[in-house]
Amino acid sequence: MNAVIQVSNVSKSFGSHHVLEDISLTVKKNEIYGLLGPSGAGKTTLVKMIAGIETPSDGKIKVLNTLMPNLRNMTQIGFMAQSDALYLELSGNENLEFFASIYGLKGKRQRERIEHAASLVNLTDFLKKPVHQYSGGMKRRLSLAAALLHEPDILILDEPTVGIDPVLRQSIWKELYKLSDMGTTILVTTHVMDEAEKCGQLGMLRDGRLIASGSPQQLRESTSSTTIEEAFLYYGGARHEN
Amino acid sequence: MRIKALVKRIIRQFIRDKRTLAMMFIAPLLILTLVNLVFSGNDYEPKIAVVSDQATLSEKLEETDEAFTSYKSSTKAFNDLETKKLDAIIEIDPPSIKITLEGSNPTANKAVMMTVEQALKSMNPQESQQKEVEPEVNYLHGSTDMETFDYIGPFLIGFFIFFFVFLIAGVSFLRERTTGTLERLLATPLRRWEMVAGYVLGFGIFTVIQSAIIVMFAIFILDIMMAGSIWYVILITLMLAFTALSLGTLLSAFAKNELQMIQFIPLVVVPQVFFSGLFNIETMAEWLQPLSYIMPLTYGGEAMRDVMIRGGGWPQIYDEVLVLAGFSLLFMTLNVLALKKHRKL
Repeated sequence: MNAVIQVSNVSKSFGSHHVLEDISLTVKKNEIYGLLGPSGAGKTTLVKMIAGIETPSDGKIKVLNTLMPNLRNMTQIGFMAQSDALYLELSGNENLEFFASIYGLKGKRQRERIEHAASLVNLTDFLKKPVHQYSGGMKRRLSLAAALLHEPDILILDEPTVGIDPVLRQSIWKELYKLSDMGTTILVTTHVMDEAEKCGQLGMLRDGRLIASGSPQQLRESTSSTTIEEAFLYYGGARHEN
Repeated sequence: MRIKALVKRIIRQFIRDKRTLAMMFIAPLLILTLVNLVFSGNDYEPKIAVVSDQATLSEKLEETDEAFTSYKSSTKAFNDLETKKLDAIIEIDPPSIKITLEGSNPTANKAVMMTVEQALKSMNPQESQQKEVEPEVNYLHGSTDMETFDYIGPFLIGFFIFFFVFLIAGVSFLRERTTGTLERLLATPLRRWEMVAGYVLGFGIFTVIQSAIIVMFAIFILDIMMAGSIWYVILITLMLAFTALSLGTLLSAFAKNELQMIQFIPLVVVPQVFFSGLFNIETMAEWLQPLSYIMPLTYGGEAMRDVMIRGGGWPQIYDEVLVLAGFSLLFMTLNVLALKKHRKL
């Protein structure tokens, strides 16, 4: 068991508002783990805690066998937030340079990594443009490139493909598979059911609870559904009947 | 219909934002109260030393006005004048009368001259009709042609630097939070103190330029009185800017948006105008006076006057510069702690 991310009995509440309740999940090395759930289900809060930005109210999160939050672990994590955290006044290249420098990439290595990450998301020709001239999809791609710069062992992507056209989405997924083959562990959140199908493992999140987990195939078969959406409805409905 | 919906929405939003509401109704009252307290203060009462060989003359003067105190030696009087315990010294050695004014505050100068004139008139009314005793007037600092601007100018330079750095640094640190880049940065191994230090240094570069430009403009174009070294003035304005910068970024943690940041101006910036020496603190209600000690601009403004009017150097300003450095460090430390709200590490 190469558990890279271990979430054990984690709850999170902001004041009296319970966002997550008793979540336990394990993400293994090389795996692409998808967190599927509607908006407001607590996906972002969960990945933020795994990334070390938030602290759980209860329970433990271990990344690479170290309790989070941990600053050294953060160099092993690439995080792409849901909002495009970019400096609009700066050019694409300047943004990447900034994030690369934060991770300690310098000189020739920095240029190589920026070039590589930018070509991966098809932004090479637009790097000189200021980001406020970018379209929504371009900003998403730049955020993704920023998360890939330091070749992290773990990639945490919060809704990475929102607003990205299907062709590019496909190529991004291709890249995620390639990264996972090379040993990167990927945690991705989505509310798009057909995208969930692309993940190796899935966790279904609804109203702050993990209602089901397993591979997409397992989830479909055990509920005798033809699509992930049906499976989600099944688990979601089942909880309500209880 | 659409307008009605719009109005309804705006009213709702406003009611939800209790702070903006409070600011709109309470802040003007606060400021009006402050202005009232400041301007309804007493007249300036000068402190004047009388030095004379003829004890009867000094006694007479002391009787005419409370402002006069007789001093045995002129050395001690001049020491007190230097340390601002006195506003002026009057040396009487009939028939000559010599007045030495501290000189850096035009209000005090005027008050001294008026008190002395009245006192002399009341002492020997018959004599003054025959021949006007023309006192010889000297200034320790400044001169007769010193204008009010020369006095308030050094303070205003400090104030404007403080004000703009405070606002701009505060808003841009706030933007970091509202655009999500702060969160993005907290997902990196960047430490909280590194972030604060980075901001201070990054903005620091611009504040150096700003300080230099404003100081040079005041000295060379506005022709403000400049008795000391320009380098000390730049050093002081820079320390003030650092204080404003660290205070602005700290307070931005307590604002949700740009508007709320601007709401800090009447709370943090405006009171400093009143309590940091632009107006005479001594004429204010006594219980208000200690407030000036917690205002960074008090130290900045005083140090600026020490250099620009009194021609002071490092020995005169080092304590004020150190206090400003202390303020900056304190605010930066608090900011590092305030960022804990976003990430525990």
